[in-house]
Amino acid sequence: MMNNKTCYMKGLQDGVPIFLGYLAVSFTLGIAAKKVGFTPFQATIMSLTNNTSAGQFAALGLITSGATYLEMAITQLVINLRYFLMSCSLSQKVDAKASFFHRLLIGFNVTDEVFGLSIGVDGYLNPAYTYGLSTMSIPGWALGTCLGTISGNVLPPRVLSAMGVALYGMFIAVIIPPAKKSRVLAGIIVVSMVASFLVSYVPGIRDISLGFRIIILTVVIAGLAAVLFPIPINATKENPYAA
Amino acid sequence: MQRNIYIYILIMAAVTYLIRTLPLTLIRREIKNPLVRSFLYYVPYVTLAVMIFPGVLTDTNTYVSGLLGFGTAVWLAWQGKSLIKVAIGMCFVVFVAELMLVG
Repeated sequence: MMNNKTCYMKGLQDGVPIFLGYLAVSFTLGIAAKKVGFTPFQATIMSLTNNTSAGQFAALGLITSGATYLEMAITQLVINLRYFLMSCSLSQKVDAKASFFHRLLIGFNVTDEVFGLSIGVDGYLNPAYTYGLSTMSIPGWALGTCLGTISGNVLPPRVLSAMGVALYGMFIAVIIPPAKKSRVLAGIIVVSMVASFLVSYVPGIRDISLGFRIIILTVVIAGLAAVLFPIPINATKENPYAA
Repeated sequence: MQRNIYIYILIMAAVTYLIRTLPLTLIRREIKNPLVRSFLYYVPYVTLAVMIFPGVLTDTNTYVSGLLGFGTAVWLAWQGKSLIKVAIGMCFVVFVAELMLVG
């Protein structure tokens, strides 16, 4: 395993696309926050402490409508429940030697993107790698929010659109190389994408929030895959959860 | 009743932190059950695939630019290009495509 410094530097480097993507997405979040009356300070604090996209967008609507604190808590629970699943998966990926404190710290920034890259490293995860990613992602998310709230709509949508896809590019870079090596994985990925695409058009299901759709599809497809293609024990022993 | 914005933010942050941290801190031992192990192994691939598609088509300004960017990224990743090259290459293609399509 690489030492902590190398892992941290690798995290910083891999975190560049997260920084770009977050800057773009949180910029639009900042604009929306300004519209509902957030000050730049309030919006930035919200981003620094939450690091969620859908959760924060939903919160803007709730706050404006004067929702109760309980409603806010339940909404966040439902929208962000997928992080629970990601955290379960990460619990097995993190180096078993990593202390309780490291687990508390990693937990703060389990976002879709940080999760995706952390799970993609070979072998066990050194927390230093995740901290490298977070060093890029947390400021990116907060800075974009702040700039959006201050400046309003100054960047052309084309630039935001192009920057925002950096996040998708990262996801693709994480799942394609292992899919190239394993037909089963490649098949599961294709099935997942097709299912996700179809489900977004099915009346009734398409009205379920995106966060919940992700959870349902993940549980069903990963569950079926686990039953149909259980990973052989000896394959996981040497390189557990290697991607 | 006027509610306090900072209390809202605090509640959001606390709920989200708990969701993210409880499994990580409570499941500290290696899970031996092959079915659960396999399930957790497949979770990230399914989650990421589901988030990529069709989100990549709807988050861009046009479906076509999203599809072109998607194709480019898959091709670059298949060639074994580094994460940053895949991401930047995709941004570039989407930007140029929208320049031509949207004007």
